[in-house]
Amino acid sequence: MTVPMLEIRDLHANAGDKPILKGLSLVLERGEVAAVMGPNGSGKSTLANVIAGKPGYEVTSGEVLFEGRDLLALSPEERAREGVFLAFQYPVEIPGVGNMYFLKQAVNAVRAHRGLEELDAMEFLQLAREKMKLVEMKEELARRGVNEGFSGGEKKRNEVLQMALLEPKLCVLDETDSGLDIDALRVVAGGVNALRSPERSMLLITHYQRLLDYVVPDRVHVLAGGRIVKSGGKELARELEEKGYGWVQAQAGVPVEAR
Amino acid sequence: MANETLEQLAKADYEWGFTTDVEQDVLEPGISEDVIRVISAKKGEPEWLLQWRLEAFRRWQKMEEPHHWAKVHYPPIDYQAIRYYAAPKQKKKLESLDELDPEIRRTYEKLGIPLEEQKLLAGVAVDAVFDSVSVATTFKKELEKHGIVFCPFSEAVHRVPELVQEYLGSVVPQGDNFFAALNSAVFTDGSFVYVPPGVRCPMELSTYFRINASETGQFERTLIIADRGSYVSYLEGCTAPMRDENQLHAAVVELIALDDAEIKYSTVQNWYPGDAEGRGGIYNFVTKRGKCLGRRSKISWTQVETGSAITWKYPSCILLGDDSVGEFYSVALTARRQQADTGTKMIHIGKRTKSTIVSKGISAAYGQNTYRGLVRIQKGADGARNYSQCDSLLIGDKCGAHTFPYLEVQNPTAQVEHEATTSKIGEDQLFYCQQRGLSTEDAVNLIVNGFCKRVLKELPMEFAVEAQKLLGVSLEGAVG
Repeated sequence: MTVPMLEIRDLHANAGDKPILKGLSLVLERGEVAAVMGPNGSGKSTLANVIAGKPGYEVTSGEVLFEGRDLLALSPEERAREGVFLAFQYPVEIPGVGNMYFLKQAVNAVRAHRGLEELDAMEFLQLAREKMKLVEMKEELARRGVNEGFSGGEKKRNEVLQMALLEPKLCVLDETDSGLDIDALRVVAGGVNALRSPERSMLLITHYQRLLDYVVPDRVHVLAGGRIVKSGGKELARELEEKGYGWVQAQAGVPVEAR
Repeated sequence: MANETLEQLAKADYEWGFTTDVEQDVLEPGISEDVIRVISAKKGEPEWLLQWRLEAFRRWQKMEEPHHWAKVHYPPIDYQAIRYYAAPKQKKKLESLDELDPEIRRTYEKLGIPLEEQKLLAGVAVDAVFDSVSVATTFKKELEKHGIVFCPFSEAVHRVPELVQEYLGSVVPQGDNFFAALNSAVFTDGSFVYVPPGVRCPMELSTYFRINASETGQFERTLIIADRGSYVSYLEGCTAPMRDENQLHAAVVELIALDDAEIKYSTVQNWYPGDAEGRGGIYNFVTKRGKCLGRRSKISWTQVETGSAITWKYPSCILLGDDSVGEFYSVALTARRQQADTGTKMIHIGKRTKSTIVSKGISAAYGQNTYRGLVRIQKGADGARNYSQCDSLLIGDKCGAHTFPYLEVQNPTAQVEHEATTSKIGEDQLFYCQQRGLSTEDAVNLIVNGFCKRVLKELPMEFAVEAQKLLGVSLEGAVG
């Protein structure tokens, strides 16, 4: 048996002072694509942020193992360099910093960590152009500031572009489908599918079934009340879409929170 | 997490804090007419210049230090405790750079100044001011071919006395302000540039200032004259060693552009800023002003101010000639306990004169950063235009940013635009960069450089690279 890509054991975590994750356990195998679905407030984004190491989230107990090693002991940038990638739900703008320059810095930081030679401007540009085709990104966006004045769809494409360039081992996609029209969704999903590989695992965090029509997961986990309450195959997503989350929560004895 | 980084990085040292052990020719501390006579005599100055200095001194004695309006705070300065002259002792005139005191050479090498002739390839001519005396001037011959005069001020007094006499004090008069008056009385050296009509200066001219002797005030005087249709780009870099006590630096820079001439003046100022508790550091009280005397002339100031305990300077343009243009591009960074009160004055007198102001203030740690700018459109300045943009970036929550734009419009045809923003480096921006593998320092550098881009692109290429590095170094210890 190989070591799983990600193993979360009985994770308890606070966002600020508020306990959000309450005993979450999850295993993601190498090459596996899993969806984590759940109602608003169930802890989906907290899970993504804890994995990436965002400040403001505190792990109170439990373990997160990345390829069998303690992920929580690493700083956010070390996690990124080791191959953990978070596609943000709301990518930030960094005015005045050229998108290409930013991507090159990021790629070279990761390459240096992996003992690879840094790419020069020409090599990088070539690589970036190739990957931009994957997400049908306009050249013009490459010349602007990082996410500066990008539409919602353009920002998400930019996230997938970065994912393609950084070649992570573990991709966490936080509500990557939110705010996308159907065409943009198809493009983004196409990019994600192209990155599926036996060496790469993905965690698709989403509220809706929609994305899963395009990126078909190997497994589906239902997150409610801060823990995984049900796991199943891809058909579970459809069931949730039809029946809502109430029945799973009821089954698991999780109170339905007022929203 | 951010605060831990702050603590950790706050210990970052000032990289240029070394002193050079050279035999010095110094005057005892104190200022008086006798001291001024000694300085003037050491320089072998003509009588008119001595009288000019004495006149300035008499005015200065009646003036008051401008404590009341600038947003800077410091204990009273004892002007009798300052040494007004310190020169490295030299036996005779130097024939070539090889004869320069090796200690001084090493200092410059540590600073990375291209003193060597082979650096000619870099296209930079350097006039280095070591404390009070210009020690070496390179590339003189190449410049002389074009009729360009680029030499220490004290030499210009003898080489081109009529130019010095005509223009000295014509932009910044002796009694202009307290520090300018002090400078006029005791200035020891500086750079002089004259570019003849129609000549485009073939290289960037550069001066590197460095304060070395303790208790030495540095009072340089720079005068640049661009004759009709000429162009010159001038670079000024400053560094000072670490000292516990504060050192005063009160320079005066005067620029004159005749018809169709253009002067581009770039500064990267990295004087010792003091330590994290605010001990030591340079008081940088400087008067810089340019006069667009001729029609269609242009003066452009670009400054990156990262050093000094206190910076008090307002590089300004008097737009006298019709259709003349003034520009001011500034990045001022205050970290540790630094204070900066800086900005510009654009005085529109000629018709259709145009000015642009872009100011980027960055405050970190306990830094206090003030933009103070005046745009005055005088009665006769028909069709004058100004555009001002003042942005502030805060890093952490103990620093401050302040903006004081003054506007005086006496001509109804003028168009004046002002934009201002204040923003904070967000945890979200930092985390986004870190999640892509960048370290905290690299992330802050990236964000700050993005913020300053509009100004940095005004600097000559090599200088821009240096400025970027300097911003990074200055911000070490400021992430929060």
